[in-house]
Amino acid sequence: MSNEVEKPRRISYLLLTIIIVTLAVSAVALSLALIDVDAQGNIVLKQNIDGSLLLIGGSGFIVSAYMLLQTRRRTMRLEIKEHPVITTIVCQKCGFKNVRDFQRGDYIYKEAEPCPKCNEKTSVTSIYREVEEKH
Amino acid sequence: MLPPQINLDGGDNSLIGWILQIAWLLFFVVFMFYGNRIQLYVMLREIEGSMSRLKIFRDEGRKNAIQTIEELGKPKGDPTARVDQFLEYFALPPQSMDPAGIVWKLEHLLDVMDERFKDEVKIMAPAADMTQTRNIELTLEVALDLNYFYKVVRHFYILGKKTLSLYVIMQLQMVLPLIMRMAEAYRSALKAVTLGQPIGDGAGALVAAKLMQGYEKRKIPKDCVVATVPFEGRTAHIIKAEGPGGNVGKPGDAIKQIIEENEGKIANIIMIDAGEKYEGEEPGEVAEGIGVAIGGPGVDQFKIEETTLKYKIPVNAIKIKEDIGDSISPMRKEISDAVNTAIERIKRVVRERSKEGDTIIIAGIGNTIGIGQ
Repeated sequence: MSNEVEKPRRISYLLLTIIIVTLAVSAVALSLALIDVDAQGNIVLKQNIDGSLLLIGGSGFIVSAYMLLQTRRRTMRLEIKEHPVITTIVCQKCGFKNVRDFQRGDYIYKEAEPCPKCNEKTSVTSIYREVEEKH
Repeated sequence: MLPPQINLDGGDNSLIGWILQIAWLLFFVVFMFYGNRIQLYVMLREIEGSMSRLKIFRDEGRKNAIQTIEELGKPKGDPTARVDQFLEYFALPPQSMDPAGIVWKLEHLLDVMDERFKDEVKIMAPAADMTQTRNIELTLEVALDLNYFYKVVRHFYILGKKTLSLYVIMQLQMVLPLIMRMAEAYRSALKAVTLGQPIGDGAGALVAAKLMQGYEKRKIPKDCVVATVPFEGRTAHIIKAEGPGGNVGKPGDAIKQIIEENEGKIANIIMIDAGEKYEGEEPGEVAEGIGVAIGGPGVDQFKIEETTLKYKIPVNAIKIKEDIGDSISPMRKEISDAVNTAIERIKRVVRERSKEGDTIIIAGIGNTIGIGQ
């Protein structure tokens, strides 16, 4: 069975275009509000900043950046993590413990292969998966 | 150099400044009149994303079922058509206008469904042994559930799109995270049941299996095993569903039979089952209480309650906590480790709630897939 799941595309190109256009317009508004060109052709900070353009540019920039971040976060969440399932086999006589990946046909209390140390019977004592808890 | 001043009295009078201000105003007007419509489309897009994910799960379930049948059952022909028919299987609940006797009607219905599923699997996978048959049956049931999730979400999505009703779409969008959580749990269950791995729901069965190790077992109806074990100076009848195939058995019938074999002389019944935890609680926490600890449609719970009431037998319950996702996914280490804690609790309950020489019943409830005895 394949563990890979085809990732569905969640970001629409239209939404991405709108975000990029908003970002560009906001950048223009911000530059108009803050930057000026002096007589020598140097770029300088405006002495009289245009408040409304600063507001438009700033809010547009924040909103589009947030939306871009949100779409990125959503695609990242789509990945499915699968945790390995472990089988523990214990020798009933000497207590030798063998921990390996689960194999089809394993079940708890199944008689497994003879003990490599004492050649006695071994049995599967537990089958589990380990999960890293996200807090 | 003077610090820059922020001018708030009218703004830039250049053409670009005017265009930007008009665009800003338009943005507000559009949001004022079409805000709901935009919200609706955003929600529909979100549902679409989840739906495509559900479709992937559904297809994976179907593919898995077909592969498992072909691999284990060695069918003569292509089982695809039969699997597709099975995925559309439904069971109509009994009429409850007159609720007297509904338990027996429900039990009959469940028995018929069980038989039908088994027969279907036998036809689809003639070479499968009993354990494999049970696992294939469970794989098909999980695939059926994944198909159901997809179809229900698709139904409401199309309905919402057709009616453009914000409230239909909003309701679906609100429950979608819970549906997706369930669907993802079923998806991981798919792999577990296909391979025959123990699942979280089998915690109770695992406790019983551990207690009956090294003692003689006998089969009791239906699909259960019992072992008579000396336990803390008492005689304990340990009951669990017969493993290692995917099976929950009928613990109601099994407990009733043991009580009747002992002419009602049972000092105490202790039932161990996996129970749903609240968010914030740790998986594998063990709690104790009273009552019949058993899930499902309620038939077994009803039978046990009837029998214990008849003979006035106290019923104690031990719960191993886990969430819905864990209960149908491969068993977590925390739950596997909780078995020893649960056994210690059983010992304490037995010592406190019965006398030496008494006869008791300890029933490990749950799906015994991947757990022998």
